[in-house]
Amino acid sequence: MLDNIKSTGKKATRDGFGAGIDAISAENDQVVVLTADLAGSLKIQNFIDNYPERYFQIGIAEANMMGIAAGLANGGKIPYTTTFANFSTGRVYDQIRQSIAYSHKNVKICASHAGLTLGEDGATHQILEDLGMMRMLPGMTVINPCDYHQTKAAAIAIAHHDGPVYLRFGRPSWPMFTEDMPFEIGKALHMAEGTDISIFATGHMVWQAVEAAKELAKEGISVDLVNIHTIKPLDEEAILASVKKTGCAVSCEEHNRMGGLGDAIAQVLTGNHPVPQEFVAVNDSFGESGTPAELLDKYGLSVADVVKAAKRALARK
Amino acid sequence: MANIAELKSIASQVRRDIVRQVADAQSGHPGGSLGCADLLVALYFETMKHDTSFSMSGDQEDMFYLSNGHISPVWYSVLARSGYFPVKELATFRQLNTRLQGHPTTHEGLPGVRTASGSLGQGLSVAIGAALAKKLNNDPQLVFCLMGDGEQEEGQVWEAVMFAPHNKVDNLIAIVDRNNQQIDGSLDEVLDIGDLGEKYAAFGWEVLRMDGNNMEEVVATLAKAKSLTGKGKPIFIDMKTEMGKGVDYMEGTHKWHGKAPDAELTAKAMAQLEETLGDY
Repeated sequence: MLDNIKSTGKKATRDGFGAGIDAISAENDQVVVLTADLAGSLKIQNFIDNYPERYFQIGIAEANMMGIAAGLANGGKIPYTTTFANFSTGRVYDQIRQSIAYSHKNVKICASHAGLTLGEDGATHQILEDLGMMRMLPGMTVINPCDYHQTKAAAIAIAHHDGPVYLRFGRPSWPMFTEDMPFEIGKALHMAEGTDISIFATGHMVWQAVEAAKELAKEGISVDLVNIHTIKPLDEEAILASVKKTGCAVSCEEHNRMGGLGDAIAQVLTGNHPVPQEFVAVNDSFGESGTPAELLDKYGLSVADVVKAAKRALARK
Repeated sequence: MANIAELKSIASQVRRDIVRQVADAQSGHPGGSLGCADLLVALYFETMKHDTSFSMSGDQEDMFYLSNGHISPVWYSVLARSGYFPVKELATFRQLNTRLQGHPTTHEGLPGVRTASGSLGQGLSVAIGAALAKKLNNDPQLVFCLMGDGEQEEGQVWEAVMFAPHNKVDNLIAIVDRNNQQIDGSLDEVLDIGDLGEKYAAFGWEVLRMDGNNMEEVVATLAKAKSLTGKGKPIFIDMKTEMGKGVDYMEGTHKWHGKAPDAELTAKAMAQLEETLGDY
């Protein structure tokens, strides 16, 4: 099963988002798209060309964008807000909290350039806290897809979900490997059957986990590989089923080790089936300028880091 | 159509409701609520086309957004007196398990409220979004938004003020309660916002001014504002009011912005406000 997971080329997850917008906007005329001066980066040019009346250029005013999206939702629209992850969350937390989450508005907050793999722009733009902030909002669905295909599927699926959603994706070209795999909000994707260790990964880190699992297989270590694209609501059933088989876990995310996927899984494990867990995540720091590969290496998110974490978890069994 | 005398009579009862809600809860914001009573009565009993059976989408209705959510007592009273929910429910204001939360919210399903407010500066953006949705839906009705003047100190307000004229959101009427008081003192002392009418005009809004405590003028100005919609510009009304209007010891001071009267002062207020529709 693991051997069947192969990269069929590279495209950015944000390109998958753009493709998803093209598909859902043709199917559902209630979908409207807002941007805060980042239409090009979010790959929505086709939408702008095809449906200019459903497109809203807000200008560099993210707070206003979140409020306008809430108002559009009141009128029955399905607004997708588009900007970088940093400006989609921390900059507008209170607007999301009051006008969208507490008010239960059907707004889709679509956030590109998340995490270290944003690269050269540096720490001001590399948000590593967004999953935590969005997870903490009652009623918010939080999705971090792993490649082009899954991001496309998620961008389509969220239109059919009633309620606020945070959809997080990224900037760099990244291996594509989920083309024929199913996507369902809230349902983990079991990618490889294994018996020695569970690896739970989200976003770009899923590919790192795939490569790590292949490395570990060479050493005779069998990985149960689970892609957690939906961080909230979390597929607790899938997580528990996996660790009951393996007895230890590694969580992998392009996020601060606090507040993200690792914390979410730890809560499930401690409350139901305590097993050793290791975290592959950024160790409570900001990022910096560099290439995505350099940054993943420096901040402990490389394939080798996943392998090491797996061995630490195994040793604690 | 209600006549001016009827509207004034309703406003008197609304003012009683405001003081009684705040007094019973021993918390809440009476000052701004009293100042805006005439406006909200005019909107709900005269100006707006609206349906008390209430739908979130407000299709084919005028919509009202309260951005300065702390003046919830006046909105709750006007919604109840209009028929959105039973008047006796006003007795639950700020109590545990109430739909009448300290600041308005959709969370408990109170009819009439479409988006939570209270954290300031957000309502105009939401109202713009609702107005844009009406245009997409070919719905000719209007969106009204009330803000506080202290709230104009929030940066998001100016993002929205800039957006609406640029995008010709001309089915929107924004009103600011210019009572010149905020929690820590007068706006002149805390952070002067200057001549708001001039500022909104500079951004491209059609600007009207009115005395928000003169019912004839409020009704006439709202009618004028409606007549100016659909002409490419959003409408702004710089509404001068007196904080605490109708209760002498609360008038013109920030001290009753967010404070409840004791039993003696409540009785004193009641003596100044005629019971016209029956207390809840």
